[in-house]
Amino acid sequence: MISERYFNIAILALLIIVPTWAYFADEPFTITLMTRAAIFALAAVGLNLALGTGGLVSFGHAAFFGMGGYVMGILAHHAQTFTPVAEVPFLIEGTKSMPVIWLVSILLSAVLAWVIGFLSLRTSGVYFIMITLAFAQMMFFFSISWSEYGGEDGLSIYVRNSFPGLNTLDPIQFYILCLAILLIVLGAMARVVKSPFGLALNAARQSPQRVDAVGLNVKRLRLVAFIISGAITGLAGALFADLNRFVSPTMFSWQLSGEIMVFIIIGGVGRLFGPVVGALIFVALEHFLGGLSDFWHIYLGLLLLMIVLFGKGGIIGMICGREKSHG
Amino acid sequence: MVEPVLLTEGISKSFGSVIACENVSLDLRPGEIHAVIGPNGAGKSTLISQICGTLKPDNGRIFLHGTDVSSQSVRERSLAGLARTFQISALAMEDTVLQNAVLGALGATGNPWKFLSEALPDPNYRENAELALKRVGLLDFKNHRTAELSHGQRRQLEVAIALTLNPSAFIMDEPMAGLGAEGSKRLTGILDEVRTEAPILLVEHDMDAVFALADRISVLVYGKIIATGTVDEIRNNPAVQEAYLGESK
Ligand SMILES: Nc1ncnc2c1ncn2[C@@H]1O[C@H](COP(=O)(O)OP(=O)(O)OP(=O)(O)O)[C@@H](O)[C@H]1O
Ligand SMILES: [Mg+2]
Repeated sequence: MISERYFNIAILALLIIVPTWAYFADEPFTITLMTRAAIFALAAVGLNLALGTGGLVSFGHAAFFGMGGYVMGILAHHAQTFTPVAEVPFLIEGTKSMPVIWLVSILLSAVLAWVIGFLSLRTSGVYFIMITLAFAQMMFFFSISWSEYGGEDGLSIYVRNSFPGLNTLDPIQFYILCLAILLIVLGAMARVVKSPFGLALNAARQSPQRVDAVGLNVKRLRLVAFIISGAITGLAGALFADLNRFVSPTMFSWQLSGEIMVFIIIGGVGRLFGPVVGALIFVALEHFLGGLSDFWHIYLGLLLLMIVLFGKGGIIGMICGREKSHG
Repeated sequence: MVEPVLLTEGISKSFGSVIACENVSLDLRPGEIHAVIGPNGAGKSTLISQICGTLKPDNGRIFLHGTDVSSQSVRERSLAGLARTFQISALAMEDTVLQNAVLGALGATGNPWKFLSEALPDPNYRENAELALKRVGLLDFKNHRTAELSHGQRRQLEVAIALTLNPSAFIMDEPMAGLGAEGSKRLTGILDEVRTEAPILLVEHDMDAVFALADRISVLVYGKIIATGTVDEIRNNPAVQEAYLGESK
């Protein structure tokens, strides 16, 4: 067994070495793939707080991913067409500034997660899975019918949004930006799971009646976790839209919700780097197998099956063993 | 008369045709250990669940420090000073013993809304948690995963978590079960000490412990209290002997 810490450091090294190599070897497509993986990882880090720590099996996190995507799409669309987003009750202009887009994505995803969480957390088990799925589907169909923003065809953004001091169109610079965000969020998550909030949330997954009995509010703990979780996935959505310079209703699709969950299951549910490992493997399979066969999802399915059957903690669980309890 | 810390007023609860609790009135006075004994299925746990708020009585009311808490949630009653132990352990099994105790200490502060500071080393929780573990004799096991504990140790951890809450009343559902002679003796000592901090409503099968500790005993049979009195009164009560003690001895 390899210590989880060393394993995480190895993954971190991979995130740095591969793009560095690609940069010097002039392989921008590899950098784009790594960017895709980093953004997927970020989306899954968000879900991992709800799913892994909180035990909340949300099958609707595409709602937040798409929300972030559309925030980016709509703001940038208005900026590139020089039209206002809204004039009443007050003037809202579009923007091409990434920090502003991120902030709005985080805020609106958090609000959406608050609403969805508030309504969904009255249920549990299969019902929770279904109701979160239903909310994401609602967003999906709404985005299809919103013809002002491209409806089914989605929205194209001609130039990647800007970040002060960087040329975001340069693949390596955009990658560094995404990686930095991923690492900041991972660092924050490493603290959150050990914080009083994380301890209580983790206990509420294992024994809600105990958490109740010590006078802590289980429902509110879960709701806050869901909101933070949705906000992170929303931020990932904004980055994803910027990577592709394109948003469409597929960002709200149930397949996407499923994929985000799959990243976590492959990597290791509740493990800090589980989402990162899962997203890397997913993007690699998608690229290498997708080139060989249109049915690469079958291989992904097989991998998933093996992991569910043979190793509970995903890849990290198989390599590093059971999570060490912190003393 | 001193005001009771806890009072149930004619509470009843049925599950379909099973009457698990019928018109039960009892009180818990400051400084006392009030034991509730009765055969299996008598309704002891059902009584506790109603007091703590996990079950809603069909009838009757529950008062804590003179306040009607009948419609309050589990959490509100906990904040009002009730601390319980579960007959079937309700612990975070994947977590360490210390993490479970810190959860209690966190509950005692009432504020889990800290996101970036580490919980375990924080003396605000840790001192309380370690003291409680030490009192029940689990401090040496603090870094063990709870799932690795023996049945008896889990009972001790249940008690330790209740201790971290510094409650005004303890409600304990068979804390001695599975402890063995040594463990029971130790816990008997702890409870004897704890009663000065807060009175204990003690459901317990271990008669030696009950006779050693209880100031008063209520006997519950088929959901009804058939007698309440001091240890001697209960021992010499013919109805009790017939219904309960007689059959087990
Ligand atoms: N949730 C429930 N649904 C249906 N019946 C229940 C429920 N809980 C308890 N009962 C029934 O109510 C009666 C009292 O059960 P309870 O668990 O309160 O007894 P107890 O005195 O705690 O028993 P023990 O000594 O075994 O712990 C039993 O007949 C039991 O089967
Ligand atoms: Mg019972």
